[in-house]
Amino acid sequence: MIEIKQLAKRFGAQVILDGVDLTVQEGETMALLGPSGTGKSVLLKHIIGLIRPDAGEVIVDGQNVATLGRKELSALRSTIGYVFQNGALFDSMNVYENIRLGLTKPEEFGNKEIAEARVAECLRLVNLVPETLKKMPAELSGGMKKRVGIARAIAGRPKYLLYDEPTSGLDPVNSDIIDALIKRLDTELGVTSIMVTHDVRGAFRTADRIALLTAGKVVAVGTPAEFRESKVPEVRAFLERDFDNEPL
Amino acid sequence: MSAIAAQLQHRTGRAVLDALAAVGRFAQLVAEMGRGLAEWRIWLPRTRDECWSIGVGSLFIVLLISSFAGAVTALQAGYQFTGNIPIYVVGSLVTESIVLELGPVLVGLVLAGRIGARYAAELGTMRVTEQIDALESLGRAPSSHLLVPRVMACLIMIPMLVIIADVVGVAAGWLAAKQALPISDQDFAYGARVYWRPFDAYYSVIKGFFFAGAIGLISCYRGFTTKQGAEGVGRATTGAVVTISVVILLLDTLLAKLLLN
Repeated sequence: MIEIKQLAKRFGAQVILDGVDLTVQEGETMALLGPSGTGKSVLLKHIIGLIRPDAGEVIVDGQNVATLGRKELSALRSTIGYVFQNGALFDSMNVYENIRLGLTKPEEFGNKEIAEARVAECLRLVNLVPETLKKMPAELSGGMKKRVGIARAIAGRPKYLLYDEPTSGLDPVNSDIIDALIKRLDTELGVTSIMVTHDVRGAFRTADRIALLTAGKVVAVGTPAEFRESKVPEVRAFLERDFDNEPL
Repeated sequence: MSAIAAQLQHRTGRAVLDALAAVGRFAQLVAEMGRGLAEWRIWLPRTRDECWSIGVGSLFIVLLISSFAGAVTALQAGYQFTGNIPIYVVGSLVTESIVLELGPVLVGLVLAGRIGARYAAELGTMRVTEQIDALESLGRAPSSHLLVPRVMACLIMIPMLVIIADVVGVAAGWLAAKQALPISDQDFAYGARVYWRPFDAYYSVIKGFFFAGAIGLISCYRGFTTKQGAEGVGRATTGAVVTISVVILLLDTLLAKLLLN
């Protein structure tokens, strides 16, 4: 379980997070919606300890992330898969080496046969053909980079998956493919997921619950049905602007 | 007037605080690298690759600049030493100038551009494209994967390149002197030996070692702490080269004062 309590963060004079409270239950997929620049990615990076909070706590499996030592943090990170917005693939490595780096267990990473089998399995899970393995990141399309990023994140069999804008920059067809992939992986792997996005359609399609982050606070949390019926002004404004009266 | 003074005081205070913060971040990075040394299984193979890249990749430019430095020193010495100054002094001047100063300093400054800029740009790009964050998110330490191999490769290869530059520079000076001046091999060799102290060779390598540390550490620091996209990468790269160049000149003076007295 992931618990975020009164999380606050500012960069210089700019307040990014201003007392965020959010709980993500085991096995659920939470979509974190919000306009660009409201600190959604910053929130996600607190969960994996890439950013330290100014105040508040992020508790993952009962451990306060900000107070963990190097080894404990490294162990916690091996239970979390992080899918970066633009893939963040290592551009000096080919696809195989990128995914292999996601193998967090030394016995898997160090054994060539086991590593190859696991990398091939992850590639299959994200619907990429084996020929992709030898390609360099520069040779991949935007959608393929996202999928390789997902394959790297799931390679270590994480308990949690954090997606940072998994469909941003993709055309609607590729966005739908990634949304379907996220839904399928959540079901097949049984992971707990948090998906940061400003794609409302994708959030409604894949999430068990949705939260809206605006002005540094979570202003609403609920199932897609509850969210759709919400009377919170920020939620109404966000949905009306994004859906443009399209049926949800 | 008091408002201007207050503003000046505020800016000075801010600059001092920023400088102290930078020193703190640098010390933190060095400490992080120290901890990364324990993970030798990770950094050792990467260091080997980096050594190859630095050594082979820089060899041509090192040979080029050391040859020209040696030849020009010999020719200028021949031009200046007329009259009563014995011609064998050209051998002394070329050898001492190359080994004590030109070899290590020219190699250091050229590699500040070649290696320092490359490392700062590579790490800066990795930072702004979240590749370093990705490495951390996978539970892997950037120090042992990215920083230690680069710094170690500098510390191993740059002193070796300095030795090559010294040998090639003196040889080029010898050849140039023979071609352009009325000096025999015996005269040049006598001149080279007459003021030579074995410590001169050690001094050259010690300088190379210090310059290597400056190139590796400063470029890694500037790249690793890059912010603000492509503009930040550009700023980190030029900042690294300028800082390394200034530090090399400062170290050059400091080491001369400390080791040659």
